[in-house]
Amino acid sequence: MSTFLGLPGLRRRGTGPDGVPAASADEPFGAVPHPQEPLRWGTSFPEAARETLKNEQLRRNLGHATATIRTKRAAVVDEVPDWEALRNTGSAVKEQVMAELPHLLAQLEENVTARGGVVHWARDAAEANRIVTEIAQAKGVDEVVKVKSMATQEIGLNEHLAEEGIAAIETDLAELIVQLADDMPSHILVPAIHRNRAEIRDIFLARMGDVPADLSDVPRELAMAARAHLRRKFLSARVAVSGANFGVADTGTLAVVESEGNGRMCLTLPETLVTVMGIEKLIPTYTDLEVFAQLLPRSSTGERMNPYTSLWTGVTPGDGPQEFHLVLLDNGRTDVLADEVGRSALHCIRCSACLNVCPVYERVGGHAYGSVYPGPIGAILTPQLTAASGGVSGADDVNASLPYASTLCGACYDVCPVKIDIPSILVDLRAREVDADRGRHRVDPWKAAMKAASWVMSDGGRFGLAGRAATLGHGLGGRDGVISKAPPPVSAWTRERDLPAPPDETFRQWWASRERAAERDARPAVGHQDGEGER
Amino acid sequence: MSAREDVLRRVRAALGDRGAGTTAAGKVGTAPAAVEVPRRYRESGDHDPGSPAVLEQLVDRLVDYRAHVRQVTAGELPAAVADVLAQAGSVVVPPGLDEAWLAAAGDVVVHRDTRDEPLSALDLDAIGAVLTAARVACSETGTIVLDGEPDQGRRAISLVPDVHVCVVRAEQVVQTVPEMVRRLASHPERPQTWISGPSATSDIELDRVEGVHGPRTLHVLLAP
Repeated sequence: MSTFLGLPGLRRRGTGPDGVPAASADEPFGAVPHPQEPLRWGTSFPEAARETLKNEQLRRNLGHATATIRTKRAAVVDEVPDWEALRNTGSAVKEQVMAELPHLLAQLEENVTARGGVVHWARDAAEANRIVTEIAQAKGVDEVVKVKSMATQEIGLNEHLAEEGIAAIETDLAELIVQLADDMPSHILVPAIHRNRAEIRDIFLARMGDVPADLSDVPRELAMAARAHLRRKFLSARVAVSGANFGVADTGTLAVVESEGNGRMCLTLPETLVTVMGIEKLIPTYTDLEVFAQLLPRSSTGERMNPYTSLWTGVTPGDGPQEFHLVLLDNGRTDVLADEVGRSALHCIRCSACLNVCPVYERVGGHAYGSVYPGPIGAILTPQLTAASGGVSGADDVNASLPYASTLCGACYDVCPVKIDIPSILVDLRAREVDADRGRHRVDPWKAAMKAASWVMSDGGRFGLAGRAATLGHGLGGRDGVISKAPPPVSAWTRERDLPAPPDETFRQWWASRERAAERDARPAVGHQDGEGER
Repeated sequence: MSAREDVLRRVRAALGDRGAGTTAAGKVGTAPAAVEVPRRYRESGDHDPGSPAVLEQLVDRLVDYRAHVRQVTAGELPAAVADVLAQAGSVVVPPGLDEAWLAAAGDVVVHRDTRDEPLSALDLDAIGAVLTAARVACSETGTIVLDGEPDQGRRAISLVPDVHVCVVRAEQVVQTVPEMVRRLASHPERPQTWISGPSATSDIELDRVEGVHGPRTLHVLLAP
């Protein structure tokens, strides 16, 4: 068993070959080591899912948590009479943001600067990490407090800061659990959703250092332990790092939506605040908040409103941080924007409702997606964000398998507060991957099968013959009429799922015998049936 | 080329500007169609600001969040303030607070905090409670907004003490989020804190637990 030394914030990336994190067997919490690429780690989705599906504890934890949040969300969405109108507006506003992005970015920059903020631009993760590190170094700190932020997860900021000798302390409860366990997040909103209360207690006892030995697994007691643990950090922190839920172009106002008050602590008490925001998180006007402040909390935590929302505009003399830096991050977003179909993935406001309703996510968990963005939105966002390095089209890129991580049931589209048509984008990305494959001139069993099928189906005689041949498979089924093990190449299907046994006669055979039977039955009773029966 | 120019150039390329080169993945996108934003949602509620129905709804929502709410008359307010502060022992107040609210709280140690002479975070941590006014409240969501004006003070004072006593006047209570946001829109630059109940977390099995880092107790005194 490894000995835990020092601050969790100083932990570094896993050092497996090719940046692929190698899980260590002696890690007590089964950690996923921090990858070199937060948007591309582990094996392909099918392989990773096969592994995570074996974890029954994970499935129970996720089943319980997602069922809880689905019920809450449904209840608070149902009480809003104009929910669909709000979704329509939210969707259109985000479309407008994408269409006017150059202008809105310039406007945001101008307004933040006018109010005493400093705006930085980052082409990629490395550039953003360098900017944040230099600010922390200029302040002479070896520790920063952090508000939960997907953008900083995406760029691997904590790991980069650790390499520079700066500890990043995660202050959101779920992020803290993940950080203490040296784990990776598995959900956009609740990164530790894969952990139950007993596991969280064990993590706190082993790693927090200042918890009472008799800590129970009652959520309230666990939350109080986190409060006590972080209090001193908040009161003495000099630099904070946050993300942003919204950046308002026409006023330069930034918004962070949260629950625990850790966000307020970080955004209010330190002298210096650095906010890392993706360029897509803009909204055009301050009053557009009236739409998103309704859509986001009900969709994410299933609350009418989250406990705390902080809004700030540059620097307010005498109140809050007196130095404010905004880092505007591209990191693949412009590649997503360039895709006519896929660009609406940038409308995402990170509510995570699509994760909570997804039958695939609920069973495989977030880690199987190999990205800090899991679930349905991750399946369309991750490949596109990594398009420049082969995320969409690379046959050997693990991200190219992500669009298949879906049954296309459409539940994600139904709950999306900004109406991102995730199933359509998934299908489009699948087609893109197949197209890219076509150029590779290798033996393709799928293509061969399709060609054969088209020859059979183009002729009635051949089709009838093929159908009769298929009924020979009827005997392969078990008592339940299901084939669960078949010889190759059908085994590729039955490895993952059951195959219904073919019926003992084809439709054509059944139809013909039905006609014959009808003629037989009709003869003695002509004139009396009068069309009674089947219509 | 600076990072700023480069990112903006990529954005233009992604939106189909043929003279802007390509994105990092070598793409040039298509120009999006002009967008008409429909606004068919409710811009105001069925009830007037400060009406009994709106106040009743606000109370219901706040109680649902485990906040403590009392509806008081102007005359009852000082006694109610003294009552909720009695246990805290000490209170921090912003510079522009109505001093009459403290008239009955003789036993409570009162600390004053201003932007020019702010108390430190450690000072605030040793104070039992904070008493503030509010800017606006929304009944449908049970939200109270502070915007840093002199009767509400710096953001830190309503954050660090463990008990927040907030006086909301009836005319400040609107029904819907759009009504609330439009009131705030007259001064969007003010630092705002939207508060919906005491601090809470849903991070353990998505069960809500009230009281984490922000004030664990929220008292709302609804005054005329």
